[in-house]
Amino acid sequence: MDINFTPDELAEVRRLKAQYPESKAAIMPVLWMAQKKFGWLSDDVMKYVAEVMELPQSHVLGVATFYTMYFKKPMGKFHVQVCTNVSCMLRGGEEIYDHVSHKYGIKHNEHTSDGLISLEEVECMGACGGAPMIAINEDFHENVTPALVDELLTALR
Amino acid sequence: MYKTPHLVLPKIDKLHELKTYVSNGGYEAYRKAIQGTPDEVIGTVKQSGLRGRGGACFSTGMKWSFMPKGNEKPKYLAINGDESEPGSFKDRQIFEDNPHQLIEGILIAGYAMGISKAFIYIRGEYHKWVKLMQIALADAYEAGYVGEKMKQTFGNDYSLDIIIHKGAGAYVCGEETSLMSSLEGDRAYPRIKPPFPANKGLWGMPTTINNVETIATVPAIISIGADAYSKIGAAKHPGTLLFGLSGHINRPGVYELESGIPLKELIYTVGGGIPGGKKIKAIIPGGSSMPPIHPDEIDFVYMDNESLKEFGSYIGTAGVMVMDEDTDLVKVLLRLAHFYHHESCGQCTPCREGCGWMEKLLKRMNKGEATSHDIDVLFSVASNIEGNTICALGEGAAWPVKGFIKKFRSEFELRVKPNRSFVSLNVVHGRRNTSETLVQIL
Ligand SMILES: Cc1cc2nc3c(=O)[nH]c(=O)nc-3n(C[C@H](O)[C@H](O)[C@H](O)COP(=O)(O)O)c2cc1C
Ligand code: SF4
Ligand code: FES
Repeated sequence: MDINFTPDELAEVRRLKAQYPESKAAIMPVLWMAQKKFGWLSDDVMKYVAEVMELPQSHVLGVATFYTMYFKKPMGKFHVQVCTNVSCMLRGGEEIYDHVSHKYGIKHNEHTSDGLISLEEVECMGACGGAPMIAINEDFHENVTPALVDELLTALR
Repeated sequence: MYKTPHLVLPKIDKLHELKTYVSNGGYEAYRKAIQGTPDEVIGTVKQSGLRGRGGACFSTGMKWSFMPKGNEKPKYLAINGDESEPGSFKDRQIFEDNPHQLIEGILIAGYAMGISKAFIYIRGEYHKWVKLMQIALADAYEAGYVGEKMKQTFGNDYSLDIIIHKGAGAYVCGEETSLMSSLEGDRAYPRIKPPFPANKGLWGMPTTINNVETIATVPAIISIGADAYSKIGAAKHPGTLLFGLSGHINRPGVYELESGIPLKELIYTVGGGIPGGKKIKAIIPGGSSMPPIHPDEIDFVYMDNESLKEFGSYIGTAGVMVMDEDTDLVKVLLRLAHFYHHESCGQCTPCREGCGWMEKLLKRMNKGEATSHDIDVLFSVASNIEGNTICALGEGAAWPVKGFIKKFRSEFELRVKPNRSFVSLNVVHGRRNTSETLVQIL
């Protein structure tokens, strides 16, 4: 894939850089933009981000690897995040995780061979009142059961 | 708009919309605040007794008063919406139901401290709530309540800009100095204090960091007055708190209630009791970093910081996690140890290695392979983290371990074997001081 932002996206990068006292601070929003556009942060993507951010590549790599939500390898089209922290664990979060894991034959941070579904065991997502909960890509689903998760995933495919 | 106990989340339909907020008296608190001097606003907040809702429970007025006066240098305000402490999910409710009260709180705090720019740091997982906040903020800009236009709207010469910054998944970013590193675009390593943020914060400038709920409370205080606010709830920790009930409870959710409510009432009346009418085994009263409460104590605990202190715990983020009688506490503690190990940024040896060892020991215990000596080792590892690290994530990891062992030691004793003979098992020459075989160690 050609790794380039469009002129509009580059204008957005300039806007982001200008909104902080120092332009380096725009690295997180720009990494978000890059991940959204290119799917994950490959070496080439990070190299490109370093270029547009005018930062050393090592710095971009350093920041990208600090955070779990920046993907350092390709994930599925539907990224299923299952919370197994305490409030969810008490209400069956681990069973949800095992269910998805067995059903699709994938473990933590793996994806199915067709690239459709990936699984991540996540820490508390800040939705403990709706435990057990999962997120599919950016959307939260609370008070789920294995059957409900199946329904959600079938509907998406 | 403000009727106790609904000061932060008033029960008004569609309050998240600017027009509803304004028609119910929104942005009037800011008008009232600027009738007085900035110092008077700080005085009011101090007098109200408001204490931070982010975990440390520090006096908000006092914190604001540490900011240097004068405008030679830019000054910043960072609103902490990282909300990643397991058991906490209250700030999300503010983003969703009452975003304008947060924005108005930022205006008041900004005016009081002479802030030029404020940042709202929201955890990355909250995609939807970042969007909701962005919509609210864009509306406020558009209507002239924020930014350059606010000078005209409110008829004075103070203005500030607000920027929303989205995190990307790291619990430590909720720690205030880590949040600053993250905002500046570095790896989010916490920094040693002093210098404190009020002297040297974001980009080396004076900075105040406050929790979302803390700031969203401020318009209510200005509105009803410091005196009235200070009389709500517990005297030393007044006001209303957003309690988050989760775990084994019939009605989980976020409830705004007066501070100092009896824990028993919170669980049984508000939360509807325990599913299946079961008994309680343990309660974490304020997010996962806070030491647990034993069922024998429940009748005597009031939900404010001072009362909880008497029971060796703290209010934290008021995220209450309830565990019923069938809960396996070793497993709970193992899950927490895994969390802190995963989230440790790795700068300090006691935290990085200690969290790893705590997880390892608890894993061993969970598998039934630990000895009773391991319980003491676990306790001592936790004690050696406490007080020896750059940031309080270390304490957050150590406190639940120590608290659970202190109050529930018998649960742990049940899961371990008696001490093994040192001599017979010490088969690894280079590891004279351990009682493990190499196989067990690896
Ligand atoms: C590991 C760690 C995580 C924290 N996470 C949060 C958080 O998510 N939100 C928050 O407001 N405060 C958090 N805090 C507390 C902040 O450091 C800081 O005390 C707080 O934001 C100050 O705001 P307040 O005075 O209004 O409470 C955390 C502290 C530590 C040590
Ligand atoms: S205490 Fe832990 S999280 Fe905090 S700075 Fe040290 S290593 Fe990092
Ligand atoms: S424990 Fe799962 S969302 Fe908080």
